[in-house]
Amino acid sequence: MEQFLIFGVVGLSTAAIYAIVGSGLVLTYTTTGVFNFAHGAAGMLSAFAYWQLSVGWGWPVPLALAAVLLVLAPAFGLLVEKVVLRPVQNLGEAERLVMTVALLSGLIAAARWIWDPNLPRPLTTFFTEREPLHLGPVTVTWHQALTMIVAVLVALALWFLLNRTRIGAEMRATVDDRALVGLTGADPVRANRVAWVLGTQLAAIGGILIAPTVALDAAQLSLLIVSAYTAAIFGRLRSLPLTFLGAVVVGCLESYLTGYLPQNQYLPGLRLAAPALLLFLALLLFPHGRLRGRDRRLRPVPTPTMRGSVVFAGVIVLFAVVLATVLDEVDAISYGPMFALGVVALSFVPLSGFAGQISLCQLSIAGVGAVVWGQLAPDGQPWALVAAFAVSALVGALIAVPALRLSGVYLALATAAFAVVLDRWIFTLPSFELFGVRIAVFNQSSVEMAGPDFFGFRLEEPAELMVFSALCLALGSLGVAALRLSRFGRRLIALRDSEAAYATLGGSLLAARVLVFALSAGIAGVGGALYGMQLQSVTAEQFNFVAGLPIFLIAVIGGLGAVGNGLFVGTAYLGPIHLLNAVAPWTHNIVQLLPALAGLGFARHPEGIVPGMRHSWEPLARSRVALSALLGGFAVLWLLRIGDVVGNAVLLLGTAVLALALRTWAQAKEATATEPEVPVEWWGVRRPWRKEDEEVLSRGIAGG
Amino acid sequence: MGSLEVSDVTVVFGGHRALDGVALDAEPGQVTGLIGPNGAGKSTLFDVVSGLRRPSSGRVVLDGRDVTRMGPARRARRGLARTFQRLELFGRLTVRDNLLVAAEMGPDRRLAGHAVTGILDRIGLHHVADTCADELSTGAARLVEVGRAMAVRPKLLLLDEPAAGQDGEETERFAALLRSLADDGTTVVLVEHDMGLVMSVCDRLHVLDLGRIIASGPPEEVRRDRAVLAAYLGESPVEES
Repeated sequence: MEQFLIFGVVGLSTAAIYAIVGSGLVLTYTTTGVFNFAHGAAGMLSAFAYWQLSVGWGWPVPLALAAVLLVLAPAFGLLVEKVVLRPVQNLGEAERLVMTVALLSGLIAAARWIWDPNLPRPLTTFFTEREPLHLGPVTVTWHQALTMIVAVLVALALWFLLNRTRIGAEMRATVDDRALVGLTGADPVRANRVAWVLGTQLAAIGGILIAPTVALDAAQLSLLIVSAYTAAIFGRLRSLPLTFLGAVVVGCLESYLTGYLPQNQYLPGLRLAAPALLLFLALLLFPHGRLRGRDRRLRPVPTPTMRGSVVFAGVIVLFAVVLATVLDEVDAISYGPMFALGVVALSFVPLSGFAGQISLCQLSIAGVGAVVWGQLAPDGQPWALVAAFAVSALVGALIAVPALRLSGVYLALATAAFAVVLDRWIFTLPSFELFGVRIAVFNQSSVEMAGPDFFGFRLEEPAELMVFSALCLALGSLGVAALRLSRFGRRLIALRDSEAAYATLGGSLLAARVLVFALSAGIAGVGGALYGMQLQSVTAEQFNFVAGLPIFLIAVIGGLGAVGNGLFVGTAYLGPIHLLNAVAPWTHNIVQLLPALAGLGFARHPEGIVPGMRHSWEPLARSRVALSALLGGFAVLWLLRIGDVVGNAVLLLGTAVLALALRTWAQAKEATATEPEVPVEWWGVRRPWRKEDEEVLSRGIAGG
Repeated sequence: MGSLEVSDVTVVFGGHRALDGVALDAEPGQVTGLIGPNGAGKSTLFDVVSGLRRPSSGRVVLDGRDVTRMGPARRARRGLARTFQRLELFGRLTVRDNLLVAAEMGPDRRLAGHAVTGILDRIGLHHVADTCADELSTGAARLVEVGRAMAVRPKLLLLDEPAAGQDGEETERFAALLRSLADDGTTVVLVEHDMGLVMSVCDRLHVLDLGRIIASGPPEEVRRDRAVLAAYLGESPVEES
């Protein structure tokens, strides 16, 4: 009993922190409609800032606290509101979600840049020198007591703010109807700002209170927030009292698992993964909403042609062959994974691009594919690649279960929780037996990965594996293009556009979702296996949730519905990192920030870069003269490079300059061929409606 | 076949009874009109019949089979199709693909392409077949929704304000289309505010007001019903001359 009470106090103290952080999350979400994935990262940054001021620079604790809670946190909240989220305020939920995921990724990278992760940064608990309180058999430290008192004060203050003040009423009204609030003289922007400031301050309080009890690690602190997310989901992201209740459930569960879980090698991970598992379950049990109607803010899905896709597939393979002939072994190891990661990124196209299902666990599923390959193909048996596809597809089908009930932010959360469960528990398991079959994961260290063996011909060299990965990416891209043009592809887009209409035509949401999740996971699994082959040896960390965020962000930037996105993501993810590292090694830390920065710039190109690139390069592809000149020029440069007359830089720059010049020429040539005039009343009927038409009509009407 | 029988359907939102013991029927080969002022509960009733909303009580019977507990997809496979008051097109697909998605879910998916061409002829939208549905005018978009519902070859077709946004000539053509659908044996239930269209095309009318059916019968009879006049024109019904 005594032990039960002791663990109860520990649980309540942790719960208090989750309640504080979770209430900040709920406050921001209810007022602004933005689910802030970076909420935990704001707490993490505050904890680091507090350490820097109080320990690093020796400021007195009260002064450091005041500086963080009253100056830095509010300033950060305002900055995020103005710079990051206001530009996407009128865009869809997915766009706002991407911005906060970019912020999460960026803040972790920035913290790792500023504070070297290899140095320990201990923080002492508050009032650590004071004697603990003894309440009967239970001992409560002053830090624990302080945490609980702060949580109660936060609850009272929030109740007072929302129910007894004008700004609180404005904030509640903003949730219901933003435009209407504006009409009644209230200021929704002010309500937003207050929510961001308060939300960030609450995250900061939580971060500072929890940091002394765990290691000061950027990713770990940012993801401790999963527990607070779970608490917020208990409150259905709306109710503060239920959020507090959820926090108590999560905090006590963690504490009692620590105390009472049997000590064996399989269960420590379960304790770490428990909040994520609970989040997953809470999302599953979330009340079922009605079928969604039409979302009017969706971006069009580009329609590829099979001829164009075949050419594109050829370009991928040619690109890899050229790289294989001009890169030395070290560079081939560095750049080789771009095609494998391209396959992982390609998995977003059917899932997120066509079907609109946001998944933050594709790299984790790629990890499953890598494990399957590593364990089943020690000698590179090619059939194991099929097994990697099948097992990953099975895992994907499991994730589709919550996807039946969830969408948007809830689905993103569920997939993030799934990734965290894999990271913290499944990937850390030692080998075990299930139904008489011995299953090994990462063996708690690393898994050796062999290259595939085709009829005695073993692919082992990095260059060979790079071309093989490119071939797989080319085939995958062709397959996804065919899918887009197929009956199933049309159905996926239809399902995304209007679930209600899809269901009332007789379409099965279950079948479509399970199939697309399985297919997409299968593709990611193959990508993971290829990635592993390229790396030769893989660990669980290479497939964790945080590592997957930049790939997701670049996939969004590229354009989730574009078939060419696989190659784009692979190239854009690895290309700049290694190029900049080679040219200017001091940029090492800055390049880690690039995906996040690019994600934040996403608001300017919500339709994605790849469709725009396709549009701008099409004139060159249509012009036989320009295309021949490009291929000829490139062939000359390539031969010069193979003959060691020029270096890689000349090959790269020369090709780029030639291509850009020929593109400009081809575009100019096409522009001169004037299109037939269509009378204004037939715009949108005899020819597609264009964005600029609206302005032309407005000007015409205004001009009388 | 495709007869519809709704009995004693009640839908409660919080404390408000959006539908209160509604009973109506519709027969194959007929166009049945469902009219009533805004907020009367017409679209809610369509949601209940198509399975998008579960009633608090009551039954929906399609072709003699109780479908009250079935989801929308199962009802659709039993021959029910509908359009929506608030357009629910697949906006990122072309008009042709909108129809194709539906035709491929119909009874003969191998002939889906031919069926789509035939429907494009019937609704007169060949010229925008390859236009993205998001780029259509409201009138054209409503026609595409009707065409999409036709593409699954339904036995029972629920049309929610399909003629909104159409001019006089288009409405006349649309009336002819509705008649031809009924003549083919389809049960058509029409919610529409264009009284000219309703009176010219419907074989039978049900009038819904404040969640209750206040009159049913042939259009000429309903037109003279005092309760209907009161619902449309206010508490003091216009005396017949």
